[in-house]
Amino acid sequence: MRALRRPVGLTGLALLALVLAAAAFGPVLWGERATAVDTANLLAGPSAEHWIGTDNLGRDLFARVLVAARLSILLALAATAISMVLGFLLGAAPMLAGRRIGRLITAAVNVLVAFPGLLLVLFFAVVFGVGARGAALAVGLAGAPAFARLCHTLIAGVSERDYVAAARIAGVGRVRMLLRHVLPNIAEPVIVYATMAAGAVLLTFAGLSFLGLGVQAPDYDWGKLMQDGLNGIYVHPLAALGPGIAVVLAGLAFNLTGEAFAAGPRRTHVLPGGGRSAPAAAPAANTVLSADDLTVTIPGPNGPIHAVRGVTFTVGDGEAVGVVGESGSGKSVTALAVAGLLEPPIRVEAGHLVVAGEDLLAPGAHRRLGTALAVVFQDPMTTFNPAHRVGPQLAEVSRFHQGMGRKAAFARAVDRLRAVRIGDPARRARQYPFEFSGGMRQRAMIGMGLMGDPRLIVADEPTTALDVTVQRQVLELLADVRRDTGAALLLISHDVSVVTDVCDRVLVMYAGRVVEELPAKDLRALARHPYTRALVAAVPDMDTDLDRPLAVIPGLPVDPVDVPAGCAFAPRCPLADDHCRTVAPPLLDGVACHKAGEAP
Amino acid sequence: MSALTFDQVSVRYGAHTVLHEVSLEVGAGQTVGLVGESGCGKSTLARAAVGLAPLTSGTILLDGRPVPTRGRRPVQMVFQDPYSSLDPRMTVGESIAEALPGRPGRAARRQEIARLLALVHLDPSKAGDLPGQLSGGQRQRVALARALAARPRVILADEITSALDVSVQGAVLNLIRDMRRDLGLSMLFISHNLAVVRYVADHVAVLHAGRIVEHGPTARVLGDPRHDYTRHLLASAHPLKEHT
Repeated sequence: MRALRRPVGLTGLALLALVLAAAAFGPVLWGERATAVDTANLLAGPSAEHWIGTDNLGRDLFARVLVAARLSILLALAATAISMVLGFLLGAAPMLAGRRIGRLITAAVNVLVAFPGLLLVLFFAVVFGVGARGAALAVGLAGAPAFARLCHTLIAGVSERDYVAAARIAGVGRVRMLLRHVLPNIAEPVIVYATMAAGAVLLTFAGLSFLGLGVQAPDYDWGKLMQDGLNGIYVHPLAALGPGIAVVLAGLAFNLTGEAFAAGPRRTHVLPGGGRSAPAAAPAANTVLSADDLTVTIPGPNGPIHAVRGVTFTVGDGEAVGVVGESGSGKSVTALAVAGLLEPPIRVEAGHLVVAGEDLLAPGAHRRLGTALAVVFQDPMTTFNPAHRVGPQLAEVSRFHQGMGRKAAFARAVDRLRAVRIGDPARRARQYPFEFSGGMRQRAMIGMGLMGDPRLIVADEPTTALDVTVQRQVLELLADVRRDTGAALLLISHDVSVVTDVCDRVLVMYAGRVVEELPAKDLRALARHPYTRALVAAVPDMDTDLDRPLAVIPGLPVDPVDVPAGCAFAPRCPLADDHCRTVAPPLLDGVACHKAGEAP
Repeated sequence: MSALTFDQVSVRYGAHTVLHEVSLEVGAGQTVGLVGESGCGKSTLARAAVGLAPLTSGTILLDGRPVPTRGRRPVQMVFQDPYSSLDPRMTVGESIAEALPGRPGRAARRQEIARLLALVHLDPSKAGDLPGQLSGGQRQRVALARALAARPRVILADEITSALDVSVQGAVLNLIRDMRRDLGLSMLFISHNLAVVRYVADHVAVLHAGRIVEHGPTARVLGDPRHDYTRHLLASAHPLKEHT
């Protein structure tokens, strides 16, 4: 269990085990001692015989605290269970009872959540009467609204998923839907919350018993023991503090355990640092980007993922280079490495990695790079801060990097929005990102890159999230920007046609390596690597022969955790032989294949 | 297989009209492609046919009778994102079994699951796998197998290849064509990708801002578009360099 590997989790679980053991065995082991009346030692202080003293009948308080664990824990668990079941049912009401009744119940729950919890507890405690059962019901009911709110939110999230829609279409009933599809998928956060809530419930119980509303004599829980001890607190403080400490420890046990489970999935691996011995080749002149033997390693739960495995390439001044590949090929990670956007624990290594004359592997390079590098991401929804207007977000670049004043920077932002053909830029600059359409946002993002004087634009799937008609406008804009500013372009895309349209040269990546490098115009007809050919053939275009099945690439993409020896494409390649499966082909003359150019 | 008819279907959310009196027929054994930009109402039309989106007016008929929108639907839908359309905590076999009609015995159920998996070119041994162990393309085939398990009379495929890698997309498109040929499926195939629709559909309907602006045999609509918007779409689908 991953929660166990953290000190918090270990402490929490150890404490919880201790508390539960006391609850299970306390009455058996110390039950007799806890009821043994010792008339010689009434209300005695701590001694070797009675560690925290005795009560008014001379009964050993330490034993009573241990014995009281069972009732305290049982009541806490019972109340938590009541909260959970009731909360789950209320939270699931929109799904079970239909939209209208569900809305009514949700509204009622929202009102109840707004009440102070303690007020509800006291109200219900009076309704249900004094005593253990009444208190359990009161605390359980009072905790239900918060649970209902949580469940409602979680269930709403799950019922948006397509598999719930699919199950509905398949005729699955509401109750079965709740039990089969919803409950298992919200169980994890609910359990975490329940563990935390159990700790709080324990405290509430102690409070109720302390007030005399909870457990009644002759039964006793920790709260009752505290109440009894309170009378003599100035004489024997330990009589009241002892059960108090027990409450704190038990509450801590539940909370720490919950905390550990909640934080469980976040786990970081520190990779052993490895130096490089190979001497770095110097970057060639006239290149805006030069990467030599670039590798990127990402720590993962099943061992390090070698996302990029030794990629060497350059982008000349003003050149447009495309990188194509399928998901998992390492193309986007390459782009992020080039943009200097990867941070530890992800490890970036290279013979050299030079962008616009700055060595990205040296510290502080990113700041010195300034506006020479512009980056455009895939999702225009997330690239702007939704809380700020677009113009000032663009202006920030110039204020930060070029030290411009607020007015001058804003004027430049308006000018740049005009440059990326956004109509009425002065008005648009004062709008928020949500007032922009997807294509406009992507253009504004390009405009942000143009605030400075970029020598290289790195665009990672800039058109994938856009409609075809808008896609085209953005591609045309990128081409225009390149013509006007002379900037070079590194365009990452899974779409072969996008890359061939815009780029001069194309790198084809597979399993973290460049398998072929060729002029974009040759991609369709003159590719030599079997993977490149298959990739091109697999995409239907407007001239595809309708009478023949589409070409497919058999097998599955490589698992980046477990890259085979030899050529990574060999298991899917129709030409592969034993040599391919054992010896990895180097990138020679633009292609990394032992069988380059052979007909399949 | 049966015919699905949308008759003057409107869907309105508050003041926002998503679909405006859309009429469209998916004939028996036909594959009809529905193209248009995101937000034009493509998915809403499909969701309305299975009761996931409420109709404001109009009717959806299956062989002349109103299409049932409760219980096991005779119209089944396959969703875009194979990573969200399968319950991550149910095995492939369980997901498929859920859609099977009646209450088949254990052996009959296993046999049926194996048959359906084979139909979508998956190894029957995958029945015990969780979706997390499958690739995107394999998941999409499982989703297709689940839709087929319900013995549907019509299948709605909502952008089923757009979340897939190109090498996998080809395999799924081939599968769709095979199944139409072998099973005579009637299908509404929704996509924003004209080349994909051209490859699988006999008829194409172009949806723009909630209205069907053009409708006809695929070769005619894509070869000789009559509406400006269709021409605009087609121009965008062709390579950039030929036009600039």
